Amino acid sequence: MEQIMQLIFEHSDALFIIILSIFLGVEVISHVPAVLHTPLMSGANAIHGVVIVGAIIVMGHSESVTALILGFLAVLLGTLNVVGGFVVTDRMLEMFKKKKKVSK
Amino acid sequence: MEIGKYILEISYILASVLFVLGLKKLSHPETARSGNLWSAAGMVLAIVATIAFHTDSAGNGIKHIPLILLAIGIGTVVGWMIAVKVKMTAMPQLVSFFNGMGGATAALISLIELPHMTHLYNGNIPVGILIATSLGLVIGSVSFSGSIIAFFKLDGKIKDIHSPAMSFINLALLMAVTALTIYMVVAQPTSLLLYSLLVLSLLYGIMFVVPIGGADMPVVISLLNAFTGVAAAMGGFLYDNRAMLTGGVLVGSAGALLTILMCKAMNRSLLNVILGSFGGGGAAS
Repeated sequence: MEQIMQLIFEHSDALFIIILSIFLGVEVISHVPAVLHTPLMSGANAIHGVVIVGAIIVMGHSESVTALILGFLAVLLGTLNVVGGFVVTDRMLEMFKKKKKVSK
Repeated sequence: MEIGKYILEISYILASVLFVLGLKKLSHPETARSGNLWSAAGMVLAIVATIAFHTDSAGNGIKHIPLILLAIGIGTVVGWMIAVKVKMTAMPQLVSFFNGMGGATAALISLIELPHMTHLYNGNIPVGILIATSLGLVIGSVSFSGSIIAFFKLDGKIKDIHSPAMSFINLALLMAVTALTIYMVVAQPTSLLLYSLLVLSLLYGIMFVVPIGGADMPVVISLLNAFTGVAAAMGGFLYDNRAMLTGGVLVGSAGALLTILMCKAMNRSLLNVILGSFGGGGAAS
């Protein structure tokens, strides 16, 4: 019990951010129309590519060759997530726009 | 060098704001495209600031910068090519593929950090960090293997496999993964524990997605997307990194809501989608 209290106390900053971000995430997209479900999913997919920051940190402070190789792989895959994610979302929304113009 | 720290934190705050605004704009038809660009700008800011200004607890800056830039360069070219060349009809599986890459990144981070931390803390890793790292490994791996299966299924390369036995195997796998994760947090990680957990998590991701019907795939991809968000947030907790924390949690919660909304649009419940094979098996018997 004391350990859990200690844990919450030590990481209270992060816990505040986590809890508030959960509400924020729900609130921000709560009125999304059904047509935007897939592009929004794709856009969110690109945003969690922020995990690449962790990959850069782990690769940038790696001390062994194994860690460096795995880190390189992590940065590479993370970049795929970020770049691919944003480009695909853009293409989806571009298609969206054209369709709308045609219907007008 | 002190000033770099401030610039880094300010960049992370700005990046977080851009992520929130981007997500907000993405949920309105007229502003959706600019929303995507806003969050992309936030991402570039977070990446550049990290490479330029990140220091570890001992004050060392980022090393191996040329190699990092090489990895980013290769990733950018390959990711861009794939995203531009693919047919419009193949987009959902591509989202799944890129989502899987994010999951793999999160899993790799934990895979590097756990042995490193065992060494660093001499087998006595603080519980909070250990929980975050272990969850990053488990959730990242499940998200990776699950997304790759979803990718192949949407691509028509893998068919659904329904079998009543599978739900029991899945339940057993889930329990094994949970038990091992708890054990690893309580008893501190060893190599054997680490790799068993990795293999079991990857296996669970595969088994979780294989029985789900093709029409339900978008919902599952959205769910796995939320998973990767949580895995990224775990990395943020580990490094005390605000950009990763907000970005990851935002996607985790928005992704979870989006999953529920997608289910509603299809007139189904999430449980129904996940346990689709379970209900089907029950009805057949």
